[in-house]
Amino acid sequence: MDFLRPASWEEALAAKAEHPTAVPIAGGTDVMVEINFDHRRPEYLMDLNRVGDLSEWEVGAESVRLGASVPYTKIMENLRAELPGLALASHTVASPQIRNRGGVGGNLGTASPAGDAHPALLAAGAEVEVESVRGSRRIPIDDFYQGVKRNALQPDELIRAVHIKKADGPQQFSKVGTRNAMVIAVCAFGLALHPETRTVRTGIGSAAPTPVRAKAAEEFLNAALEEGGFWDNGRIITPSVAKQFAELCSAACNPIDDVRGTASYRRHAVGVMARRTLTWTWESYRGARRASEGAA
Amino acid sequence: MRLNFTVNGRPQEADDVWEGESLLYVLRERLGLPGSKNACEQGECGSCTVRLDGVPVCSCLVAAGQVEGREVVTVEGLAEYAKQRAAGGCASGACGTGLQDAQGWQAKGTDSQTGEGTELSPVQQAFIDAGAVQCGFCTPGLLVAADEMLERNPNPTDADIREALSGNLCRCTGYEKIMDAVRLAAARQGEAV
Repeated sequence: MDFLRPASWEEALAAKAEHPTAVPIAGGTDVMVEINFDHRRPEYLMDLNRVGDLSEWEVGAESVRLGASVPYTKIMENLRAELPGLALASHTVASPQIRNRGGVGGNLGTASPAGDAHPALLAAGAEVEVESVRGSRRIPIDDFYQGVKRNALQPDELIRAVHIKKADGPQQFSKVGTRNAMVIAVCAFGLALHPETRTVRTGIGSAAPTPVRAKAAEEFLNAALEEGGFWDNGRIITPSVAKQFAELCSAACNPIDDVRGTASYRRHAVGVMARRTLTWTWESYRGARRASEGAA
Repeated sequence: MRLNFTVNGRPQEADDVWEGESLLYVLRERLGLPGSKNACEQGECGSCTVRLDGVPVCSCLVAAGQVEGREVVTVEGLAEYAKQRAAGGCASGACGTGLQDAQGWQAKGTDSQTGEGTELSPVQQAFIDAGAVQCGFCTPGLLVAADEMLERNPNPTDADIREALSGNLCRCTGYEKIMDAVRLAAARQGEAV
C-alpha cells in the first residue's frame, strides 16, 4: 500500500488521475473500518486532510457550498439556520468523536443507502461538485445515487463540495434506530417545505437500494396543498391528506429484510416518519405565518 | 513509512509504519503507549479516544499518515495537559509528557485507592473519588472525552454529559458512577475559579 499525501486540490486531482484506484480518506470513519477488518486493501490511500479548502464552507445568496470534508460537528454548530434538515441529520450521526471527523463528502463517496446526510440532501435539493483533471461538473443529487454503495463518480473524479439550497421553509429529519447514539439507521426520512415554490421535497434513507425521494407522495401533497389553498390560508393539514401522503411514502420504499429490521417494518416506519415530519414542519410553517401576520 | 508527530507535547518519531495502520496501532505498538485501548476498531466504543489537534477522535479511525506533523494527546499525558491548561499555557517551555514517563504512567502513587501521591488531572481524581472505575477498560476514553467537554463547557447539564460521552461504551454498566464523576469534576472546577 502507498500513502499519497497531496498538499493541494490540484495535486489530489493529479494523483487520482495517475492512480484511479486510489481510495480517498478524509474522516476515515468508513475507510479505516474496512482496512482494520481486512475487508479492503487499497493499493493507494490518499489523505485529503491536507487540502484545507475541503474543510471550509461558504454561505451564498441561494445555496451553501459545503466543502466535502467539513465535519458534521461544524454543520451542527454553524449551519443550523441555513441547512436545518442537514444539521438535524448531522446530529444523529454516531457519536461526537465520529462527528468530529466524518463529513458529507464521505457519506456521498460511500453512497450507502443508510448514510444519514442523504435524506436531508434529497429533501433540501443539492448538487454535488466533482472534479478531475478533465474538468469540473455538478451532479444533481437526484442523479447521484446509482446503486447500493454506487455513485455517479468516474474513477478519476473526486468530490470537492456539495451545493445545498438554503432553506426557504421548515425542514425536518427523523431516524429509527435502537438508541440515540451510535446507530446505523434502520430507516430515515427527511422532509423540506419550500414555500417559495410551494413544493414539498422528501428523502428516504435505508429503505431502498439507494437513498430515494418519494416523488408520487410529493406530487400528491403539492396538488393537495395547492387545491386546498393551504399555503395561503395556513390551515391545519387535513388528516386524510397526511394519511395518504404517508401511504405514498411507504409505497416509495423498496426495502429488504436485514439484521437491523424487516422490509415491512421499514415500510411502516417510513410512513409514520413521513406523517410526523409533515406535521412538525407544517405546524412550524403555520406558526411562522401567524407570527408574520401578527407583525403586519 | 516514517512518521513524525507530537504526542503529549513532545515530538515523536515512529519508523516502519505500515501505510494502512491506524493512529491507535502506532500509539500502542510503536510508541509503547497502551493507555488508549483497542476494542472494536470501528469507532463504536470510544475506548481509543485521543485528542487530535485538540479534537476528540477515535484513534482507530485515523490513518497513521494523517497525523504527520499534528498534535495528539493521549490519556497518559492528560494530567500534564490539564495542569498546563489550568496554568494558562506552558511557562517553563519544557512541558508535556516524555515518552518514557508516559510509558510508565500509572495512577498509583503511594495509594492506588485514593490516587494520593500521583499527579492526576481533576477528571481522573474525580473518577477515583466517585468510584467510576470498574474493570477500567473504557476509562481512558471516557477521561479524554470528559476532560474535553469540561474544557469546552464548564457547567454541563446531565444531558450535555450524556451527549459528550455517548460515543464511549462501558460494559460494566457503570454509567451512573461515571455521571457522578463528571458532575464532581465540574463542581470542583467551578469552586476552583
